[in-house]
Amino acid sequence: MDSSPVPPLVPAPASPAAVPAAASQLDHLESEAIYILREAAAEFSHPVLLFSGGKDSTVLLRLAEKAFRPGKFPFPLMHVDTGQNFPEVIAFRDRIAAQLGERLIVRTVQDSIDRGRVRLKHANQSRNAMQTVTLLDAIKEFGFDACIGGARRDEEKARAKERIFSFRNSFGEWDPRHQRPELWSLYNGRLDKGEHMRVFPLSNWTEIDVWRYIEREHLALPSLYYAHERPVAVRGNILLPVSEFVTLSDDDAVETRVVRFRTVGDISCTLPVESSAATVAEIVAETLIASLSERGATRLDDQTSDASMEERKRVGYF
Amino acid sequence: MSEAATNAAAADIGVLRFSTAGSVDDGKSSLIGRMLYDSNSVTSDRVEALERAARRKGETEIDLSLLMDGLTIEREQGITIDVAYSYFATPQRKFIIADTPGHEQYTRNMVTGASTADAAVILVDAQRGMTTQTRRHLYLSHLLGVAHLVIAVNKMDLVAFDQKAYAAIAQSVEAFARAIGAARLYLVPISAKFGDNVVHGSPRMPWYDGKPLLALLETLPPAILTHYAPFRFPVQLVRRVPAPNGEQFRQYLGRVESGRVRPGDEVAILPAGRVTRVRAVSHFAGPLDHAVAGRSIAIEVDGDIDIGRGDVLAAPLQPPRVDKKLSATICWFADETFTPAARYLAKCGTRTVSARISDTVHRLDVATLATEPAPETLKCNDIAMVRIALAQPLAFDAYEDNRATGAFILIDADTNATVAAGMIARPEGESAARDVTGFDPGL
Repeated sequence: MDSSPVPPLVPAPASPAAVPAAASQLDHLESEAIYILREAAAEFSHPVLLFSGGKDSTVLLRLAEKAFRPGKFPFPLMHVDTGQNFPEVIAFRDRIAAQLGERLIVRTVQDSIDRGRVRLKHANQSRNAMQTVTLLDAIKEFGFDACIGGARRDEEKARAKERIFSFRNSFGEWDPRHQRPELWSLYNGRLDKGEHMRVFPLSNWTEIDVWRYIEREHLALPSLYYAHERPVAVRGNILLPVSEFVTLSDDDAVETRVVRFRTVGDISCTLPVESSAATVAEIVAETLIASLSERGATRLDDQTSDASMEERKRVGYF
Repeated sequence: MSEAATNAAAADIGVLRFSTAGSVDDGKSSLIGRMLYDSNSVTSDRVEALERAARRKGETEIDLSLLMDGLTIEREQGITIDVAYSYFATPQRKFIIADTPGHEQYTRNMVTGASTADAAVILVDAQRGMTTQTRRHLYLSHLLGVAHLVIAVNKMDLVAFDQKAYAAIAQSVEAFARAIGAARLYLVPISAKFGDNVVHGSPRMPWYDGKPLLALLETLPPAILTHYAPFRFPVQLVRRVPAPNGEQFRQYLGRVESGRVRPGDEVAILPAGRVTRVRAVSHFAGPLDHAVAGRSIAIEVDGDIDIGRGDVLAAPLQPPRVDKKLSATICWFADETFTPAARYLAKCGTRTVSARISDTVHRLDVATLATEPAPETLKCNDIAMVRIALAQPLAFDAYEDNRATGAFILIDADTNATVAAGMIARPEGESAARDVTGFDPGL
């Protein structure tokens, strides 16, 4: 069939009343994320969705439901567990995976340590950066060619340049200076053996978008995202959770404060903030006037130097 | 929901994507930094980081441009080298900014940023006036179908906020815009450094009676014209759903790229060319009575028809063209020059087919609009009109009619690199631009 376009049959609308309403901010972001998830499912033979039990990957699961239900997800879920995560987050992770009826793969940094793949300089060293080794080993073990993650470009400056389909070479490395140009919604998913892609459906979401979506979709989250009493060590203007995985110094004053977590990850580097926001609506309101950026306030691992995220990402961190 | 939240929801007109472009020292990063800072979108820890950086350099004022410049290498070189995305929102709108470098070597980044943009904010230095770079950015934004071209005449503080200096620049920009056929042009005199006409108005330029830049961006009409274009639905995936009677039925997953679809609509399945009827339109929450451009949905059709990823469901009375050859304007991205022998893949919509560049018609000098006929090769950042031969038929529109079904990328089949971006031209001989395309008053 070879046909040329036909001229319009009916003229454009004359009255503004005929103009349909623009999609809302969240509708726009949701539709884009579903599109990206479906492209990932179509372009890769063994994708996996990284699910930690945190708020971003919980949003990702709801978007996967919207993209693929009533079918099964075209990918398993995977968590790389440092062994130093909050127990209730791990319980939440398992409960949600079971509720969804989707397969959850867990690979542990401890296993990488036991097998000599990761060597700690000292027993209490943070295991956060070590996840990279465990993740890359799991990618090889299962032959994954795409890892779908909940990272957002607004989280951190190095992530602002990340592509939606972000290429990793056979060493798992990201080369920020030689990324594939990414135009329109035309994602290039072509890979050679041993290479893989990181796929980020939430690239264009911000922290407030994520909270508004959690509110709109009534998504359950681990309770430590909401205000609760917790013993914390006060060190300058940061609060450290009291835990066997956090080494306190003699100068740290331990107090009980009302806090919540804005990001949830490895205990050794995830910091609570003081807050009385106990509901999603209160968190939305608080986030709108928040004076500290999400990772700045709460992640010890990003404070080492201005460039620390970029350095971790280059070697394969998510 | 609180009253404030309800009001905010009522005013929510969605997302505006804009690209920023400008030469290295036009102050583009400063402008974005200023917009974020003056609209209270910068958090206190980032301001503290800027203050620390200023103290290290022994400067008294913070450098707002550092809010935009991301990677370590760039911080060392002091220039932006790639497309960086940033975000801020007002109650009316969420803004997605694609910041692209103005350096001559990086035309490809500018094209990348413009490909998804509804608006382009192009900076002109009030002291230097319109430059080759300005013409290049205006032309590329227009070529990429960016609906609104916003010229921010920056550094007005350095020309004493002089109306005549501004008017001279405005005149030359308008003349060039007319020459390339760009319609929606807006000009704003600003000082990114001091904030004049960025978020707040400027008492130092009382002669300017337009909106400050942010207010302009908040009120630009949203890109909803795609609602009135003929229906296009590239199929991403096929889902087999078990039916109650034990059989299976198929759903086609994808995003409505233009127009709208309702149960009962006739649709053409292209490139095969069969026509069938839509049985159901649905999303996660259940059946829909219609879906408009931009929505990710599932469609079921009547009959047992072979439909797969890469097929396009389209309005049968206003179908896309189906052909194995096409003419297009491409922007060459690869460091390697184009060679006729190389094997390429064209990805258009959700279909990927083998492709060959059969002819190079001409190369365009974007700054002078001069053409060089039949160049033997193409190098990085070249813009050229080419003819492309495809291994299988493809359903497509002219890019100016439909951005989603008129755009493609070329992938090097050996290296997997994305080597070019293409915009499909109208068929030769058909030159008259159509106005706003078909509108169905039934909705």
